[in-house]
Amino acid sequence: MPDAPYYPMHREARCPFAPAPEIAAMPPVGQVRIWDGSTPWFVTRHADQRALLNDPRLSIDEKLPGYPHMTRARAAMAPHIPSLITNTDPPEHTRLRRTVNAPFMVKRVEALRPRIQRIFDGLVDDMLAGDNPADLVEKIGLPVPTLVITQILGVPYADHAFFQAASRRAISHDTDPDDAAQAGKGLGEYLGGLLAAKIEQPADDVLSEMGARVTAGEMTFAEAVTMGSAILIAGHETSASMISLGTLALLRNPDELRKLRENSDDPKFVANAAEELLRYLTIVHSGIRRIAVEDIELHGTTIKAGDGVIFDLAGANYDPAEFAEPDRLDLSRPARQHHAFGYGSHQCLGQSLARVELQVIYGTLYRRIPTLALAVPFEEVEFAMEGVAYGLTSLPVTW
Amino acid sequence: MRVEFDEPKCVAAGQCAMIAPAVFDQRDEDGVAIVLDATPPEEEHDAVREAAAVCPAAAIRLAGE
Repeated sequence: MPDAPYYPMHREARCPFAPAPEIAAMPPVGQVRIWDGSTPWFVTRHADQRALLNDPRLSIDEKLPGYPHMTRARAAMAPHIPSLITNTDPPEHTRLRRTVNAPFMVKRVEALRPRIQRIFDGLVDDMLAGDNPADLVEKIGLPVPTLVITQILGVPYADHAFFQAASRRAISHDTDPDDAAQAGKGLGEYLGGLLAAKIEQPADDVLSEMGARVTAGEMTFAEAVTMGSAILIAGHETSASMISLGTLALLRNPDELRKLRENSDDPKFVANAAEELLRYLTIVHSGIRRIAVEDIELHGTTIKAGDGVIFDLAGANYDPAEFAEPDRLDLSRPARQHHAFGYGSHQCLGQSLARVELQVIYGTLYRRIPTLALAVPFEEVEFAMEGVAYGLTSLPVTW
Repeated sequence: MRVEFDEPKCVAAGQCAMIAPAVFDQRDEDGVAIVLDATPPEEEHDAVREAAAVCPAAAIRLAGE
């Protein structure tokens, strides 16, 4: 397949929120070329993703030969990663996932809503009391989810500069394997130290809960450390991107921003607005990846056992068969069936927490700062495209 | 409408409990869904249909639809 386009593809600078234009042009079952030169299958349609992401003929076992790894670094690490929710299939996956679900249950994250609101309100107060213009990524986007996840996990917020830098190095496409492994190791040692302390002296947090499971023999120390690192990494970068990019997208769509401000007392409207922004932005842009363990017929093509398959989430979220006029941000459209959190049994563990964070922020930020505006021309806003998810390097705003 | 729930498939994403809290809850120990009302009243039907449609594990089926 010499013509397979390289993946991940680049978004267009002109309309950076939309997926790369090549994605919509791909056939339902296409092929792309990835970093190692291999050409996994590429599935973009919403209906196909729904059908296949629960299909037991596809596996997420990244140790299988031919698995289409995200990065060179991830491929190098894969054989050394213990069994986790991110690399096992049901029924083992189901068992493992049930050991980590509890803190992310709807009622537990709903109970955190007032705390999240307080964290957010405090950060807005600080921003308004400080210099104008300010960087929204630094003042609100990064600290909200980081403060929330550190409180939930039981990690000292004061260490955030260390673990934010380490996690960025561990997951970026630009990092070489040795450096990524080093960063991952540093993060693991840090969390291992904390976990050991929590086993000695438990507190009311997730690391202590995992510590209790280690003591009870339900998970190993190494599994708990890896899981804790994954929660810490996944828990701040992605939500931070959604906050900053969501704000930028709303400032670019003033009619929608006005609707959101006018309806910010209506939790249903705000909740749906968060879903539509999740769809519209689909920040995870390096695809979710599987390997076929049996032959699969799809639209007249045979995906053979051993073939890699990549599902582009933005493809599904911009599939006109599912979302009419997908390029339009429409906060009132039914959007909940989006694939921004993935689909199937591996769908994002932290999705309910992310939803509550986004609802709090989108519901109150623009009401608290009604004059919020970009402090630089849109074209000068710096995007960070190299990670598993895209985001903003900074977002200069004024009010 | 009768709600049929395939518990072994449930991955505890919790969307059902968020969308239709009168019909679904989650078990405290592991987040697995619990059906509170297998024959929900008419006014819950839209929410239950949405919950079934977005369930990532396709663990909710609706009979009598």
